[in-house]
Amino acid sequence: MGKSVLLIEDEPNIIEAIGFILSRDGWTVASHTDGATAVDAVRKTVPDVVILDVMLPNRSGYDILKDLRNDERLTNLPIMMLTARGQTKDREMAQEAGASCFMTKPFSNKDVLSTLRELAGG
Amino acid sequence: MARNALSGSRIRERRMSLKIRQADLARSVGISASYLNLIEHNRRRIAGKLLLDIAQELQVDASQLSEGTEAVLLEQLSDVADAQLSTTVDPELDRAEEFAGRFPGWAQRLVAQKQKIEALERTVETLTDRLTHDPFLSTSLHEVLSAVTAIRSTSSILLEGEELDPKWQARFHSNIFEDSQRLAQTSQELVQYLDDGADDQSNNMTAHEELDAFLAENKFHFADIEHGKEIETVIAGQTSLVSETSIDMAGAFLRQYQEDVASLPLDQFLAAAQEVDFDPVVLARVLSAPLPTVFRRLAFLPPDMDVPKFGLAVCDASGTLKLRKPVGAFTVPRFGAACPLWPLFQAIMTPHVPLKSTIALPTDMNSSFHTYAFGDATIATGYDAPRQINAYMLLRETDTIMDRQAAQSVGISCRICPKGDCTARREPSILLNTFDIV
Repeated sequence: MGKSVLLIEDEPNIIEAIGFILSRDGWTVASHTDGATAVDAVRKTVPDVVILDVMLPNRSGYDILKDLRNDERLTNLPIMMLTARGQTKDREMAQEAGASCFMTKPFSNKDVLSTLRELAGG
Repeated sequence: MARNALSGSRIRERRMSLKIRQADLARSVGISASYLNLIEHNRRRIAGKLLLDIAQELQVDASQLSEGTEAVLLEQLSDVADAQLSTTVDPELDRAEEFAGRFPGWAQRLVAQKQKIEALERTVETLTDRLTHDPFLSTSLHEVLSAVTAIRSTSSILLEGEELDPKWQARFHSNIFEDSQRLAQTSQELVQYLDDGADDQSNNMTAHEELDAFLAENKFHFADIEHGKEIETVIAGQTSLVSETSIDMAGAFLRQYQEDVASLPLDQFLAAAQEVDFDPVVLARVLSAPLPTVFRRLAFLPPDMDVPKFGLAVCDASGTLKLRKPVGAFTVPRFGAACPLWPLFQAIMTPHVPLKSTIALPTDMNSSFHTYAFGDATIATGYDAPRQINAYMLLRETDTIMDRQAAQSVGISCRICPKGDCTARREPSILLNTFDIV
C-alpha cells in the first residue's frame, strides 16, 4: 500500500485533478474541505503528508497549521502549504507557522508530485 | 524670538519689495528711522495705531503684518521639521519664526509640499495594502488563481498522452469548461470592480486620465458642439474633469472639434462620406479638407448612427500618444509606449504621405483593421527651426476573413504581446516565458 496524503482544499476541481494524479502515482488520497474541522480530520487520519490550502472556508490555513504543530503527535508531520499568493510575506508566514514547504498556485502537477515524494521520503 | 516680533521682518520685506526707503517710511508714519530699524529687526514690538499706519503706507492689511496667520504656519513648519528625511543638516528650529516671517511664500510652499507628500504616501499605502485589506479584491484574485490552477492541473492530465478512462476524460473536459466559465465571470466582475474603483478615486487620476474619461463618457462625440453650443457650457456640464490641467486640455480638444465642425459640418460630411464608402483619403480630396480633419470627423461621428466605427490614435514626434480612441478589440495603451510596428509610427518617418495597410492583433483571432496613417509636419518658420510632426492613425474594423489573412500582425504594447519572434520587441512580455533582446 502506498503512502497516504490528506488534501485540505475547498476547490472541488483542484481536489479532483490532484487526487487523480496522486492516486495514479500510488498514493492513498483523502480530502477535506472545511477549515473549521480540518485539525480533527488530520488527527483522525494522521496521513504521511498533508497538503493544506491557506484560504479555506471558516478558518485560515495558517491557524490550522499552528494547531497541528502544537500537537505533539503532529510536530514532525510533513505539511505542504498551498496559497494563491507568492509574496515573501506569505512565505515567511507559512514558515513561521511551521510549514515543511510552500507552493504557489498555479502549480504544475510535476512539481506537486516531486515535492510530495520528497516530503514523504524524508 | 517672540512670535509677535515677526511683524518687523514682514514690514521690512514689504517695504523693500515696494522699494521704499526706511527713512521715508519712518517719516511718513511719524517715527525716527532708527526706531523703525529696531522694529524691522524685531527688537521693538509693534501694535495699535503705528501698525495700522505702517500697513496703510505699505498698502497691506494690518493683519498681514501682525502675527495672526503665523501660528498655524509655524505649527505646520514644526511638522515639516519633524518629518523623517535623510538630510545632512537638521532644520534650524530656533529660526523657524524668522523664516516664516521673512519668507512666508516659501514657508507656505514647503508646508504645501509636505501635505502633498503625505497625501501621496496615504495613496501608496492604500494601494499597497489593497490586496490584504480589500476583501473583494482578495477573494476575487483567489478565485481567479484557483480556477487557473484547476484548469492547469486538469489540462496537464489530458495532455500527458497517457490513455485515460473515457469517463475520467469526459469529467475533466467538463471540469475545464466549468472552471473557464467561472474564470470568465470572475474576471469580468473584477474588471468592473476596478473600473468602479477608478471612478471613485477620480481625485487620484492624472489630467490625461481625466481627459480620457471625459472623452470616453461622451463616446468622443459632442452633439452640443455640433449644434453651436459654447465650449465653456459643455465643460461646465460634466463631472470627469477635476483638475485645471484636464479642463484646459479638454478645452483645447473641443476648440479643435469646433474648428473641424466649422470646416466640415456633420450633414455635409456624412453625405459625402457615404458617397465614397467612408474612405478618408478620397473624402479629403472631394471635400478639399486636410486629412487630419477628415480623420477626426470620421473618428468622432455620432456613436449611435449606423455608420462604420473608427478608432483614432494621435502621437507627436516623440511617439507620445496624445489621443486614444479604441475600436473593437484594438485598444490604445494608457501607460507606456505602444507597439512600434503600428503604421502610426511609420507615418512620422514619411510625413505628408498617406499610408494604408491592414493589421491584426495576435491576441484576437476574429478581427482585423484597415489603417490610414498620416504624418502632418508644420512648415519650418526659419532656418534650422525645429519642425513639429503630429502623426494620425485612423482604424476601421474589417469584416472579411480575407483581410485578416493578409494583415500585418502588430501588438498593443510589448508587455502584453504574445509574439515571440518580434524583432521590434523592447521589453519582455508577461505572456512569454523567454525574451531575447534583438
